[in-house]
Amino acid sequence: MAKNVRTAPEVNAGSMADIAFLLLIFFLVTTTIDVDKGVLVKLPPWSDEPPEDLKLNKRNVYSVLVNADNQLLVRGEPQQVSTLKNNAKEFIMNPSKRSDMSEAPNKAIISLKNDRGTSYKTYLEVYNELKAAYNELREEEAQRKYGKAFEYLDKERQREIRARIPLVISEAEPTNFGEE
Amino acid sequence: MGKFQKKRGKSTPKVSTASLPDIIFMLLFFFMVVTVLRDSELKVENNVPYATELTKLEKKSLVNYMFIGKPVKNYQAQYGTKPALQLGDKFADISEIPLFLEKHRSTVPEGQRPGINTSMKVDGDVTMGFVTDVKTKLRKSGQLKLNYSAKKRPN
Repeated sequence: MAKNVRTAPEVNAGSMADIAFLLLIFFLVTTTIDVDKGVLVKLPPWSDEPPEDLKLNKRNVYSVLVNADNQLLVRGEPQQVSTLKNNAKEFIMNPSKRSDMSEAPNKAIISLKNDRGTSYKTYLEVYNELKAAYNELREEEAQRKYGKAFEYLDKERQREIRARIPLVISEAEPTNFGEE
Repeated sequence: MGKFQKKRGKSTPKVSTASLPDIIFMLLFFFMVVTVLRDSELKVENNVPYATELTKLEKKSLVNYMFIGKPVKNYQAQYGTKPALQLGDKFADISEIPLFLEKHRSTVPEGQRPGINTSMKVDGDVTMGFVTDVKTKLRKSGQLKLNYSAKKRPN
């Protein structure tokens, strides 16, 4: 009988909040919510055989060379990074049907080549501009055809536009110039 | 006496703080879940360039990180000033990449393995030669999804 009467003493839970606060502040301080962002690329699979020489119509190739001094040579002519995007867009779509620009958007190929001494910053800038050109073209296409932003289209339509304006950036092995 | 009692009657009832720990715990759990403890100390200079066409890497467990840059001051005596590769928390040679990838791969459930991304955090001043060597090694190891880490360009 006496045993039944005895109850466990209650633990004071008043300091629980303090302990939780302590932990909370620790995690608040160590948290980094920023997500990693970047330019997503897909590398071509490696093959030991040298790539076969594709016979490409010259008018479909948009060659971009970045040298060890971070200068641009686009289709044989020097250019600035700032004009690259619009020129690439014009080349891909070829709105005025010029005979020295791509036959159709899905035939255009961007060929990117750099030296080993090219700075990564410039390389990424150029890559970013080329990608931006494609993204803008897809956006314009989506607006024209469906009157909607590309990212809000359903999967099927996105795929269709992507097939019409495929992103083809071919990267050649860099030449051995100017490495530190 | 009468005055005393009147005052007591009007005073507002105390708010119970019994549920305070629960609220705090809720916040605590939220932060515990979103927290990623920085597991590697940077041993190379790592100032990634700016870009505009950015994609967010959503699933952190599917991403492995490679840092490329000049070794920071403390390590320059030992590792020189040429671009170096940091895998995890230590300097590594390019030949160690396949093993590093495999180690990360084994922590990912089999069904999600095709979604594994490599995030290259490369310092803007590094020359492309070294970056290309790393890229070639990635291609040879069959890791084709690559992310050039970059910051959003301020307008």
